Amino acid sequence: MLKIWSMKKEQQKAENAAEGTTGVAPKKKKVTAAQLRVQKDLSELSLGSTMTTEFPDPDNILSFILYIEPDEGMYKGGRFSFTFNIPASFPHEPPKVLCREKIYHPNIDLEGKVCLNILREDWKPVLNLNAVIVGLQFLFLEPNASDPLNKEAADDLRNSRDGFKRNVRQAMAGGSVRGETYQRVLV
Amino acid sequence: MTSTEVHPASEPARWVYLDRIRTRPGPSTNPDVFSPEAAAAAMETMKILVIGAGGLGCEILKNLALSGFKDIHVIDMDTIDISNLNRQFLFRQADVGKYKAEVAARFVEKRVKGIKITPHNCKIQDFDEDFYMQFQLVVCGLDSIEARRWINATLVNMVDEDVEDSYKPLIDGGTEGFKGQARVIIPTITSCIECQLDMHAPRAAVPLCTLASIPRQPEHCIEWAHLIAWDQEKPFPQLDKDDPEHITWLYQKALERAAEFNIPGVTYSLTQGVVKNIIPAIAATNSVIAAACCNEALKIASNCAPALGFPEANYMMYSGNDSIYTYTFKHEKKDDCPVCGQLARNMDVDPTWTLRELVDSFAARPEAQLKKPSVRAEGRTLYMQSPPSLEAQTRPNLDRTLVELGLEEGQEIAVTDPAFATVTFKFKLKFKQ
Ligand SMILES: [Zn+2]
Repeated sequence: MLKIWSMKKEQQKAENAAEGTTGVAPKKKKVTAAQLRVQKDLSELSLGSTMTTEFPDPDNILSFILYIEPDEGMYKGGRFSFTFNIPASFPHEPPKVLCREKIYHPNIDLEGKVCLNILREDWKPVLNLNAVIVGLQFLFLEPNASDPLNKEAADDLRNSRDGFKRNVRQAMAGGSVRGETYQRVLV
Repeated sequence: MTSTEVHPASEPARWVYLDRIRTRPGPSTNPDVFSPEAAAAAMETMKILVIGAGGLGCEILKNLALSGFKDIHVIDMDTIDISNLNRQFLFRQADVGKYKAEVAARFVEKRVKGIKITPHNCKIQDFDEDFYMQFQLVVCGLDSIEARRWINATLVNMVDEDVEDSYKPLIDGGTEGFKGQARVIIPTITSCIECQLDMHAPRAAVPLCTLASIPRQPEHCIEWAHLIAWDQEKPFPQLDKDDPEHITWLYQKALERAAEFNIPGVTYSLTQGVVKNIIPAIAATNSVIAAACCNEALKIASNCAPALGFPEANYMMYSGNDSIYTYTFKHEKKDDCPVCGQLARNMDVDPTWTLRELVDSFAARPEAQLKKPSVRAEGRTLYMQSPPSLEAQTRPNLDRTLVELGLEEGQEIAVTDPAFATVTFKFKLKFKQ
């Protein structure tokens, strides 16, 4: 097989010989790596009919709001919004995502923290914003009782799917479940 | 010896002459890297990937099998069409409708004993880096520039400077009528496909504003139907270029547009040709180019003779348009290559241009050829094609000039396009006086 290492050495020798005459001028306003990556991710975003975005400041694409209006499943008829804050270390670290409404959901706690594997331990730099958005959408179609942030909601889901469904409707209408009052999210 | 003792089909006899080539040094063999044992062993164990099982792919698979490669994988998403049979010689009439990769693999395996060909009936984009990492060598016989750019960017991104095995040499063959090229790319070390993009003149990269306002040729009407009318009317959720119903829709739209501007020449087959970017294929050109590619594969694997690619020539062009001519040269790696370089490339712009003019100009630039570009500067979103809310917010910028938008001489802009997901183009603005 071709000896790549020896080729590389020869190339570096040639480069070193060519260098030295012109110093590199400081670059003017270089676009940062995180911004480049977010721009790329946004250009290939597919939101479908159930999601929209809002950019409070279009020049800052690292911060935006995602609205989801599920068109099927137990959360159908609601409108949920998430703030996306993307760290400068993106994509080496995942975006920070919070639900803005206080909702009754086994994988979202009362402060809006979201339990989605790819936002935590399973995040990989090859994943993109689309993967996160698809994951969030999926949480509303298939709430998951096995890895809960809202333990009571998870217990309800485990004990009785129908009971859980009633609680979801009640909470979405702004009612209380087990003494906790939720925000009205019906559209 | 009587004729009955001759062993015409015995398998060891098949490789006798090949072994003489790959296990004996020739006049140009580099003694530092060549050993007969290593050469034979490399070819026994090496995994080689072929991308494309069409006109070039059939030739490449046959040649690699007969060159002594034992473990070959092939990717092609297409199925066999009756029109392929004249040159894609691994396929028969009964195979029409079946997957090319599958049929080609089975055919060659049957004819050359002792080799394994693994077909993948899917797109190259369906696989991730882990898949491509298992190969030592990749040979491409594709008819699409987009697919070439994708695999090129993927192989370049896979390079880990500390791991020799992460460098996957790419041998790329291409033909167009009587012309063709064979090139060898050592990712990040030699010039890559993106560095060499100016070798492919854009065929139909007409600025969107021409398509939208003043079509002059039947192709413009078809591109208008394809890029503008389709997006506006969305007659089907996703354009399938192989679906006759979709092509017919585009054809009808293009006809209406052509009638409006009095342009003759829009036909169904032209529509198909423009939309699918069909290139005329000549069987013998495929044979010439595939042969060149596979001999390079044999040399890279065995070191029995110096291969194309390093340190000097890396690109062989073949032209049969006017008599016959070939030329082999070194295409230089570009420091500002959006895939393998780190620097932004200079771009001459007129500061009085509107952003729309700048955006449209990316379609016409040979090294970019972008049809849906999104543009940003540091801390500044100039125009984003997606998501819709951001598109609406940035749309007013299109009518403002570069100066009005506060862009400065020497400023870097980043351009992305969904067709080239792994690539970001960086340009440094140079204002014309
Ligand atoms: Zn390059």
